[in-house]
Amino acid sequence: MNQKNIVKRFLYSQKTAPYVFILPFVITFCVFFAYPVINTVGMSFQKVQGGAYDFIGTKNYKTLLNPVFYKSLKNSLFYMVVTLCLMIPIPMFLATVLNSRHMAAKSIFRSAMFIPALTSVVVAGTIFRLMFGELPGSLMNQLMGLFGKEPMIWLRQPVTVWIALFCLCLWRWTGVNMMYFLSGLQQIPNELYESADIDGASWLQKFTKITLPLLKPTTVYVLTISIYGGMTMFTESFILFNGNRSPNNVGTTIVGYLYRMGWEQNNIGLASAIGCVLLLFTLVVNVVQLVANGLYKNEV
Amino acid sequence: MGQRNKTYTFLMFAFFVIVAIVTLTPLGALFVASLRPGSDLLRYGLNFSIDPATASLRNYIALFTGDNLYFTWYKNSLVITVVQVALSLFLSACVGYGFAMYNFKGKNILFTCVLIIMMIPMEVILLPLYRLTISLNLIDSMWGIILPHLAVPMLIFFFRQYLSGLPKDFLDAGRIDGCTEYGIFFRIMMPLMAPSFAAMGIFQGMTSWNNFLWPMIVIRSANKVTLPVGLQGLITPYGNNYDILIAGSCFAVVPILILFFCFQSFFIEGMTAGGVKG
Repeated sequence: MNQKNIVKRFLYSQKTAPYVFILPFVITFCVFFAYPVINTVGMSFQKVQGGAYDFIGTKNYKTLLNPVFYKSLKNSLFYMVVTLCLMIPIPMFLATVLNSRHMAAKSIFRSAMFIPALTSVVVAGTIFRLMFGELPGSLMNQLMGLFGKEPMIWLRQPVTVWIALFCLCLWRWTGVNMMYFLSGLQQIPNELYESADIDGASWLQKFTKITLPLLKPTTVYVLTISIYGGMTMFTESFILFNGNRSPNNVGTTIVGYLYRMGWEQNNIGLASAIGCVLLLFTLVVNVVQLVANGLYKNEV
Repeated sequence: MGQRNKTYTFLMFAFFVIVAIVTLTPLGALFVASLRPGSDLLRYGLNFSIDPATASLRNYIALFTGDNLYFTWYKNSLVITVVQVALSLFLSACVGYGFAMYNFKGKNILFTCVLIIMMIPMEVILLPLYRLTISLNLIDSMWGIILPHLAVPMLIFFFRQYLSGLPKDFLDAGRIDGCTEYGIFFRIMMPLMAPSFAAMGIFQGMTSWNNFLWPMIVIRSANKVTLPVGLQGLITPYGNNYDILIAGSCFAVVPILILFFCFQSFFIEGMTAGGVKG
């Protein structure tokens, strides 16, 4: 038997085949994930200048203890918490109404709500930047005019900046989250509601005793993606302010700060340290979630 | 009782009509603005008022015939989306198949790695990935955008779930008939996976088409950027190009809308694929 045949037989054997199938993942994981993660942890303890790497201990992390980083951390956390408070109850409510058997034209409304998710952040952000423009004729200022209020410069004051960011988030993601909840609702067997009706349960009782508990897996999923989306928010703010600068850092997030350090100021060590902080955060969220899910399983 | 139900129905309907109108307002405003001269936007802001005397398709004419890179960006985005969707679907399907259909040493550890990538945001490794892209000489090339995201964890996870629902008897039947391990995958399993390819294709397609941060970082030349990056770059301190920006934004959304209305269920299934499925 020649060598070519041996190789061929080896490659085609049932033992080797699975490794060939998952090879693309193994390569991607090692080259484009594991190596960068190790690299970023390493660089966070170094001063990188030109081609020179100097070990400087935790100095990068000490530099991070500055007001701008605190502010960006606070901004990201605030954004995440508020989006959680908005992006779970509102889509859940809309999905419940839309799922009601008395509702007409369901699919039209479903599509209409879903359309914003099809736009890119750039297009959506541009529209919102112009809608929240400072000119008296821009859409939001016209709306304020209807209520007899003076036009305002939306993208300068923290409160109005947040309003714009949350509107953007609500606009783009309500439809998608609603769809998650809708598919969750459709898996709840109708008999449960029917027997609750026979028992004379009120609308509220049915919602809290049947709908909410059975929607829990969906809610946990939406919660998870919202936490990640909130903490890593950057592009929305980048487009809204047309760059990484915002007045008094009102729109600077963790990733925005990372971008500023890594790309605009070329401070690679510090940017890596920010990456590590973000990494630590996601690890904490994951552990909390695993523990919470584990406890949940023990209950059942 | 019947009367009360009717009132409820009407109220719910009216409520959703309002919600739908509010939802569609921003896109409507964008469309109206695309028919007005760009200077209007700078003078009056984005709103619904339109003067029939100045309303025209001039912005679109400028977009199609003018001296701009819009259609180069469009082409770049299309090429990158098509290549990335084709390659990532194929490779992720292979990986998902490997995980679903075989038992092998290290399977659990490797699958945990898939979950780990899903759980760690890409932004954590943004900087080292960028430096890696530079050392691999992939910067300013479409392969720099595509290569790091070929075996997509989300797709692997989905394909594995999908394949777990198919009987393994197909494999044994194929083996008995003398099919090789790879032949089984290509000739028997791939056709069976067709429905999942459609939904996942849309998921990956939308991700690639709308991707912004990574392409912005990787691409440097103006004629190589993708559509979102190009549009973002139109507003500069040196001059604003609202005509192209607004008409270009409209023209970037419209094809997706048409596709959406043709393949609605695939879109919704694909873009919400992460949701819990039993």
